[in-house]
Amino acid sequence: MQVSSISVAHDPKAAQEVYWEHLWDLVVILTQKEMKSRYKNSALGYVWSVANPLLFAVIYYIVFGQIMKVPIENYALFLMAGLMPWHWLANSLSAAPNIFLANATLIKKVRFPRHVLVVSYVLNEGIHFVLSIPVIMGFLLLNGMSPSWNWLAGIPLLLVAEFLIVYGIAVTLASLNLFFRDLERLSALLVTVLFFLTPITYASAMAPAQYRSLLYANPVAPLIESWRELFLHGQFSWLWIGACYLSALGTLLVGSVVYWRMSPKFAEVI
Amino acid sequence: MTAICFEHVSKWYPRYQSLSYGIKSSLLHLPQTLRSLKRERIRVLEDVSFQITKGEIVGLIGPNGAGKSTTLALMAGVVEAEAGQVMVGSRVSPLLELGAGFHFDLTGAENILLHGVLLGLTRREVVSKMKAIIAFSELEGAIDQPLRTYSSGMIARLGFSIACHLEPEILLIDEILSVGDLAFQLKCNAKIDEFKRQQVTMVLVSHSMPHVQRLCDRVIWLEKGRIIAEGNPAEILKEYDKATQLRHAVDRSSAA
Repeated sequence: MQVSSISVAHDPKAAQEVYWEHLWDLVVILTQKEMKSRYKNSALGYVWSVANPLLFAVIYYIVFGQIMKVPIENYALFLMAGLMPWHWLANSLSAAPNIFLANATLIKKVRFPRHVLVVSYVLNEGIHFVLSIPVIMGFLLLNGMSPSWNWLAGIPLLLVAEFLIVYGIAVTLASLNLFFRDLERLSALLVTVLFFLTPITYASAMAPAQYRSLLYANPVAPLIESWRELFLHGQFSWLWIGACYLSALGTLLVGSVVYWRMSPKFAEVI
Repeated sequence: MTAICFEHVSKWYPRYQSLSYGIKSSLLHLPQTLRSLKRERIRVLEDVSFQITKGEIVGLIGPNGAGKSTTLALMAGVVEAEAGQVMVGSRVSPLLELGAGFHFDLTGAENILLHGVLLGLTRREVVSKMKAIIAFSELEGAIDQPLRTYSSGMIARLGFSIACHLEPEILLIDEILSVGDLAFQLKCNAKIDEFKRQQVTMVLVSHSMPHVQRLCDRVIWLEKGRIIAEGNPAEILKEYDKATQLRHAVDRSSAA
């Protein structure tokens, strides 16, 4: 009988390697599962994930751009550059409360690091966002603008920051919802409120001075502004990037504390 | 060598229901909520001690709510004991109930990969065993079809086949051996005998007494979270049967 590597790995370094390999495999397989199961029954597949933010961009363009006449040039592009990264966050957070609940039988029976369920969900939404970047590029080119070389550094930096921020909030919501089931409704509200508190349909510079500090208290605001600056003007400021990572640190800290405190009880309450 | 050791293990669950009334009422009545969490605890296991040696097959029997599944959950490491110590040797793999942990939109082969990795193997290990798993399950023809097209017997075969190829050192079996057609059941029994020869420790929860009698070396009888008796299957099962009949008779006469 072939002896498996886990039980044979007495040497701590080898055991560590197997542990990380397994964790990585878990994330990859679960992310693939999410992708596959989402597209298995839909003919349009990928188109949906791009069409959704585009549709909202059109609606906001008509309401805020044409009817209320927001004084921002290239408003359609401005909206898209903010909405695409926003949808990654919004989709993940609205689904977050259900992530552990949807895997109840597994959590009750099998011991595995449960947070990988959240990691792979957020990654899956992130991949959809990455796939929508060419669409933004296309619209830039249509408007006679072009992507900048700064994207090469800026996109990875912001991708990591957004992943950490979204993961931090999502793991908090997913864990707490097992104990307080009405969090599900609350988080749908939270996403809507956050949408209007985040400079997506407007620029933070437009806010009156007394509200601006409120905007800066929002952990998501620097992120969306940074994405938009990068997409539209090919610029990123280290100050904003720093702010993104600071809020990533904050949400991760909260998320980790909540998760480590509550995860030993998951199997009991689910 | 001891594979599993429980020392004065107690497990109780708070009544989390008081929390699921919602955030609003838990916060408005915070003191009451906290007090109820402390006071209203349900004891599931109380001062349970036993040892299981490597290679032994132990059956857990008892009426519903006796704490059998909680005992398995403690062994699997998905819940923690409030008091006492649980020591579990090495690689534990639970045999999941029908379809748990499977994804119905994925194909059989994709599910093998997903399931194997969830149960603790690396991707490389699962891939190297893929052929053997498919062959054992006898599902070669359907393995690239989505799981939702499978019958429940086919799903059970897939699940058992994966569990068998995880090379577990401790196998936890919760009431699922009576699945599949007769031919597959015989195959399962043969596999279990093979495990037995390979010194795999098995803990089995079952309400099927013939099953317990045939497979187990020892039986632990749990009731209301305590061990009532443990020992030789034939003797314990006889006692258990007598107690159940008696209770049934008492229930009937008090109902009349």
